[in-house]
Amino acid sequence: MALSRRTLLASAIAAPALVGCARKSDGPLRFWAMGREGEVVGELMVDFQREHPGISVRVEQLPWTAAHEKLLTAFAGDATPDVAQLGNTWLPEFAALGALRPLQAFVDATPELQPADWFAGIWQTNEIDGQLLGLPWYVDTRLMFYRPDLFARAGIARAPQSWGEWVQALNALQRDGTRYPLLLPLNEFDVLLALALQQGEPLLREGGRFGNFRSAGFQRAAGFFLDRFSAGHAQPITNNEISNLWQEFGRGMFAMFVSGPWQIGELTRRLGPARLADWATAPLPGPTGPGASTAGGASLVVFQRSKRQADTLKLLAWLARPATQQRFHALTGNLPPRRSTWQRPGTDGRPLIEDDKSRAFAQQLERVRPTPAVPEWERIAQEMQLLANRAVAERLTPLQMGTALDVRADAFLEKRRWMLERRS
Amino acid sequence: MKPRNLAGWMFVAPALAVIGLFFILPVAAGLALSFTDFDLYALADLRNLRFAGLDNYVRVLSLPLFWTALLNTLEFVVLGVPLSIGLSLGCAVLLQSPLARFKPFFRTALFAPVVTTLVAVAVIWRYLFHVRYGLINSGLGHIGIGPIDWLGDPHWSMPAIVVFAVWKGFGANMIIFVAALQAIPDELYEAARIDGARRWAQFRHITLPMLGPTLLMVSVLTMAGYFQLFAEPYVMTQGGPLQSTVSVLYLMYEEGFRWWNLGQASAVAFLLFVLMVGVTQAMRRLGRGTEEAASA
Repeated sequence: MALSRRTLLASAIAAPALVGCARKSDGPLRFWAMGREGEVVGELMVDFQREHPGISVRVEQLPWTAAHEKLLTAFAGDATPDVAQLGNTWLPEFAALGALRPLQAFVDATPELQPADWFAGIWQTNEIDGQLLGLPWYVDTRLMFYRPDLFARAGIARAPQSWGEWVQALNALQRDGTRYPLLLPLNEFDVLLALALQQGEPLLREGGRFGNFRSAGFQRAAGFFLDRFSAGHAQPITNNEISNLWQEFGRGMFAMFVSGPWQIGELTRRLGPARLADWATAPLPGPTGPGASTAGGASLVVFQRSKRQADTLKLLAWLARPATQQRFHALTGNLPPRRSTWQRPGTDGRPLIEDDKSRAFAQQLERVRPTPAVPEWERIAQEMQLLANRAVAERLTPLQMGTALDVRADAFLEKRRWMLERRS
Repeated sequence: MKPRNLAGWMFVAPALAVIGLFFILPVAAGLALSFTDFDLYALADLRNLRFAGLDNYVRVLSLPLFWTALLNTLEFVVLGVPLSIGLSLGCAVLLQSPLARFKPFFRTALFAPVVTTLVAVAVIWRYLFHVRYGLINSGLGHIGIGPIDWLGDPHWSMPAIVVFAVWKGFGANMIIFVAALQAIPDELYEAARIDGARRWAQFRHITLPMLGPTLLMVSVLTMAGYFQLFAEPYVMTQGGPLQSTVSVLYLMYEEGFRWWNLGQASAVAFLLFVLMVGVTQAMRRLGRGTEEAASA
């Protein structure tokens, strides 16, 4: 046991270090990509190399579960790749390390990139302290998947647009016989986060020095979230307790859940073509009308230590083309970050924007908001989820939950405060 | 220094240099690290490093997750160590029995899990533990026990990890027990048989006392290994569900390599070290006590 742990750690540290030896000014460009993206991007690279015969690219695949550790270890071991895919919530960390090349000058010098063509909320996640450090590769947000047939049976004509309509719909579904109409898994923080982002109040105050979870905005969001459980609209369970989300949704155990774009593919496949009309997507309701949601996804970054800056930028520019993004979408199902990619006719002649199920995502993407751009955010978000879980189990009030969350967030941010203090 | 001493030192110098470089130095560096707040910011710029004194230790001890992790680890040790030792002793005794056939085959088969790659067999065990398609649940189904969500239910996740770890590790101890059993003189059993002792009495009054020192050593080693639970939850559950398989070492790994708080991670490591030293010392004391009681 001890031995295997040691070898595991050693290999985690040594593996990037070994490939690191290959970092030269000649040789192939090293491109780290994760999960499914890493599997298919090699296919795209064939086309890239046809256009740029002088640049050979070696794609190295990382599993998502180990990617974050690997990238940090690679930085510590001076073995970072030339280009990498980075979850956009990881950007602040790598920005704090000074590991990433600023891209504003490149964007200014490349007219075809057209920053205004990209969804603004997603673009913002790549601007850390006013500096552009990444180029969005694909986007991810959360919205509502629901059952129009069950809605119609309960006498609701359309998907809810505001919180008020949402609650009305839930009540009507409950009266109609769906015991827990909404699925809110307690081991995910995305829904609560989206509700909090809708408030427009920052989640951290004073430039990311303190938690802002006792603010009126977060209190409203937490209150709405916790009320769904106390009102019996949602069952207090985690994802692990749902053996097959798609089957249960198809069976009508719940009539709506909040999730991401990959569910379109999953639901199509698992419920089959015969039931395509039984489920639909809709933007997330906000306090008074259509609301904001999270700005997730992954970006492409160039590492400062790369000796192949000019070549990496050619690769970035090529990957950002609407035509490339469209092929990438066809290969992975990941949603493109540029509006013009959504408008391009696909292989069947119809653009993505006209797709029934995807259209709601395009609408939602116009209203996404970034999370605070501090390295500590992921950790704070995890605490938020743990505390929400506890608040439901122990029936805490939103204020008790916010107070506890502020205490923990302030502790995580202590170092940051000290550094900002010293810098000024 | 006398020339004779010098020659001695010269002989051990290479070994000492290696131990110093690869053991003492990293441990000392780790200890030093645990008194600082080395983190992501310090990695970017060493001027961001602060001396933290005992803060890391205080913070870790006041962290609810640390106590959860400690309880989880203790659950693993308390369930796993006796099970592992019992199983390996049982198999060793069976293998030593004059009635056993195909001894070399069984010895190899039972030892095989020890030399397999943990990550590869963990993947296989994840299939075995699968709620709907797993062999274990389908076996239980035949005797009328409903499906258990081994890796998804917080109550069952740790027992599942115990089963896997025991299966993976018991062969090593079994080999040690086989060797120790062979060292027990046959005359003792003969004499006992003449006195009319049955199997159980022979096991209880000859085998166990003669195995005493081996048992103590095996328990100390197994316990030390089991306290360092990490790879199994890392591969099988990632610490979930509901943090029910977060062990102390897993917590250290998360602190260190996920959140990059190397200072705090080092503090966790040294707390675990102190705990393990304490437990093994207590066991040695206990072992010596029973030996003295037996000889008195």
